[in-house]
Amino acid sequence: MNRSQHVFGSGLVFAVGLWVAWVSYTQQPAEAFLFPRLIATVFVVLAGWTFGKAVMGLSKVGNGVTRTMFVNMLPGLTITLIYVFWAAKTLGFYTATTIAFFILLSIYDPAPHNEVKTWIKRGIITAVFVAVMYGLFAMLLNVYTPREILF
Amino acid sequence: MEFIYYFGDVFTPMSFMLLLGGTIGGLILGATPGLSPTMAVALLIPFTFQLEAAQGLILLGAAYTSTVAGGAVSAILLKIPGAPANIATTLDGHTMAKKGEGARALQLSFLASAVGGIFGVLLLIFLTPVLAQWALAFGPSHLFWLAILGVTVIGTLDSASVVKGLLSGCIGLWLATIGFDDIMGAQRFIFHPALGGGINIIAALIGLFAIPQVLTMFAKGRHNTGAEVIEVQRHSIMAAFKELFSRTRALSIGTLTGSIIGLIPGVGGQIAGLVAYDQAKKFSPEKDKFGTGHSEGVIAAESANNAMVGPSLVPLLTLSIPGSPTAAVLLGGLLIHGIFPGSDLFDNHPDVAWTFINSMLIGQVLMCIFGLYVAGLAARVAQVPQSVMAAIVLALSVFGAYSVQGSMGDVYVMACLGIGMFFLERFGFSAAPLVLGLILGPIAEANFIQGGMIADATVGKASYFMTGGLNLFLIAVVLASIAYSVWMELRSRRYTTKEEAQA
Repeated sequence: MNRSQHVFGSGLVFAVGLWVAWVSYTQQPAEAFLFPRLIATVFVVLAGWTFGKAVMGLSKVGNGVTRTMFVNMLPGLTITLIYVFWAAKTLGFYTATTIAFFILLSIYDPAPHNEVKTWIKRGIITAVFVAVMYGLFAMLLNVYTPREILF
Repeated sequence: MEFIYYFGDVFTPMSFMLLLGGTIGGLILGATPGLSPTMAVALLIPFTFQLEAAQGLILLGAAYTSTVAGGAVSAILLKIPGAPANIATTLDGHTMAKKGEGARALQLSFLASAVGGIFGVLLLIFLTPVLAQWALAFGPSHLFWLAILGVTVIGTLDSASVVKGLLSGCIGLWLATIGFDDIMGAQRFIFHPALGGGINIIAALIGLFAIPQVLTMFAKGRHNTGAEVIEVQRHSIMAAFKELFSRTRALSIGTLTGSIIGLIPGVGGQIAGLVAYDQAKKFSPEKDKFGTGHSEGVIAAESANNAMVGPSLVPLLTLSIPGSPTAAVLLGGLLIHGIFPGSDLFDNHPDVAWTFINSMLIGQVLMCIFGLYVAGLAARVAQVPQSVMAAIVLALSVFGAYSVQGSMGDVYVMACLGIGMFFLERFGFSAAPLVLGLILGPIAEANFIQGGMIADATVGKASYFMTGGLNLFLIAVVLASIAYSVWMELRSRRYTTKEEAQA
């Protein structure tokens, strides 16, 4: 893993540690922040140590994210974010799940994309999976998920 | 011998059905590479909300036991360990399968798992009540140090870097403080309305264990497992029985090693399997045959990784300190039913405690019987493309997190923690200490505050927390675990540097 990734990752953790320490030591009532102060102190020391090592190029543990990995992951991550933060609430859980599941399957399925048979297979897998999810959550566990504009 | 009174509860139709379902499902999930036992148990928790506490735990316990054993199927037939605990099994198991002895390897693997597993659960049965009574003597300062010990031991032993492991534990402890303070009612670190009620443990567990696996599968791209299932020839089960008990040295080494390692918080099944394999090889007169498809290798590795399961629950059920990430998930499963481990569990809910433990004993036998029949099917499931697995796990995570409290906030928290954890893991941080920090944070804080009040009225904070035999012992163990891990890290770095220099 390259040095800049180590610096970025540990720098972000260090920044969070500093923020936690700042909030812990400035917010009132002080009694409520007694335990967070204890944690924040250790947090900042360890995060500072990690960040310092990364800056000096001494960080060895961690494989980082390679360009290929990131490119492979990007479509899946984007769909995950849209599914979780927008579609599930706006379209309804089952509709959003059907769409997200089918798209993810289509993107990452190693089967060829130019055969009708594989598309039918993906459609059937999606339909069966969503039916099982409906049976499990809506009928067996009685979980009422947002239905919103569709289902 | 109290446990005998509760054996009947395992055989009620609903409980037995859950035990059977958990065992068969766990075997199949365990055989699927990329789906770890911890993740399988975390994803199952939402299905236990509607069940009674004992029934919920039966399902989770059965899944835990059988996912560890199920991982041997893909290790033997595909050369892909279903879980890290099965790495040592691939060394001889797959070679046996390639020689046309796949059925023999599978039979020996499940029989050894059952023997090791039963021994481990018996250890759990006889050690737990004694330690739970001993835990009654613990005051707030001891419980505070125990919680810190839980985080530091896993933080140091489960991570490649001691500092990053401890830092992960700190992040978990901080996450546990988000929300309203219990005593003053003050808002702490609530930077988004979804965090008003704090971070829900179940949603966090699902996110931290499932989402990084989903993203790892995405990162492999349009990837096929590429592994061919080796066809299994018929083999007499009686011959496998005879062979297992003629290899008593490997079986006892595996069982004892696994049981001892299971008692040490944070060490885990991967270490148990590899250490047992190594020890069985050292003590075997046929050490040259190890790695060439020798049955002793399979027996030692599989008996060890299942013998570890029972003892790994001893610290959880007695001291409320989960000894492994999966035990932490089981703690989550107990807490949602309002049950707190320790002496309270055995004094006020003996039916729950003993039915759960007894079910694990019966589960070992069921796992052995069904393992032999389900192995072929499980190996086929293991070939399912990772794209399908990733999409299934993602949807289950979203539905599971939502069903905890019917809140979209939990889904957002689950996703954020999961995505964050994926990148943290890539930078060398580990999920296990973070989860332990999140779970043990409230225990540590409650006892820190309570102990502080007692200390202010008596001897002062420093004396109260830093003196006394038990306090000093616990502090010494915390420091020893850190020192040992630092020493191991420095030693491995020295070896790596020497190898690099020679290269």
